[in-house]
Amino acid sequence: MKSAIIVFPGSNREGDMARALQQATHHQPEMVWHADHELPKGTDLVVLPGGFSYGDYLRCGAIAGRAKIMDAVRAHAERGGLVLGVCNGFQILCESGLLPGVLMRNAHLRFVCRMQHLRIEQTNSPFTHKYTARQIIKVCIAHGEGNYEADQATIDRLEGDGRVAFRYCNAEGVLGGAANPNGSRNEIAGIFSEKKNVLGLMPHPENLIDPLVGGIDGRGLFESLVSAA
Amino acid sequence: MKARVVVTLKNGVLDPQGKAIEGALTSLGVSDIASVRQGKVFDIEISAQDSTQAKQKLVTACEKLLANTVIENYSIEI
Repeated sequence: MKSAIIVFPGSNREGDMARALQQATHHQPEMVWHADHELPKGTDLVVLPGGFSYGDYLRCGAIAGRAKIMDAVRAHAERGGLVLGVCNGFQILCESGLLPGVLMRNAHLRFVCRMQHLRIEQTNSPFTHKYTARQIIKVCIAHGEGNYEADQATIDRLEGDGRVAFRYCNAEGVLGGAANPNGSRNEIAGIFSEKKNVLGLMPHPENLIDPLVGGIDGRGLFESLVSAA
Repeated sequence: MKARVVVTLKNGVLDPQGKAIEGALTSLGVSDIASVRQGKVFDIEISAQDSTQAKQKLVTACEKLLANTVIENYSIEI
């Protein structure tokens, strides 16, 4: 599987993402600069990594969401190509219109950086089919604006169509209360596009691929991608 | 031509920053604050034939970048 990681000024998780992709696919992903106009030929997966593109100026992901390369990413998604956005990448996907809704300031106004349990809501997707339904995984989160918000009609559509990929929960899989780190509607941690070929999530699965640094619960996502492409 | 664009959160959208400012004002002894909503102001210099054309351009600017119309409203003064 050929993957391309888009690098914006202020991206900082592209190295971690490359390591996770390399481990799962045995191919080195290509780094693509935001001012480029096209993706490398034969790209199967486009990744928008975490970080603070453009210093979070205006709104998180707002300026990156309108970068030149995003037209190529949009065309790739329309063709059914896979797109993954993590953390700032999720914010960029929402700002660029590839995913609905918006990520607002965390309800308690603090940046959260901690381990977080997630419940796998949907295994019928190229990103999650190696997990089991309702599986609880432990990954990490690090964000100040992860509070997912959308109008009621959008939330109903996401829930009705099975487009919520992950929800925040505690170690036992219970939702709500302190298990929700940012006030996200319906404990939403990640969502799919209509055709489920675009996934955006706030947590960082790319940082949980090595037992030496906290666990391997993130591997499922990358292993899913390998057999999807 | 000088213009001012004001971007505010739509009614019903939670504004934790506004709430925090509201609390801080109350704790500073500024009384009678019923509520605070935080927004953004953009002062823009724009060249256009007339204010109608300027306004058109600024609507495009708001729709394309300055406001996220999922959660924000904008107003334009020229």
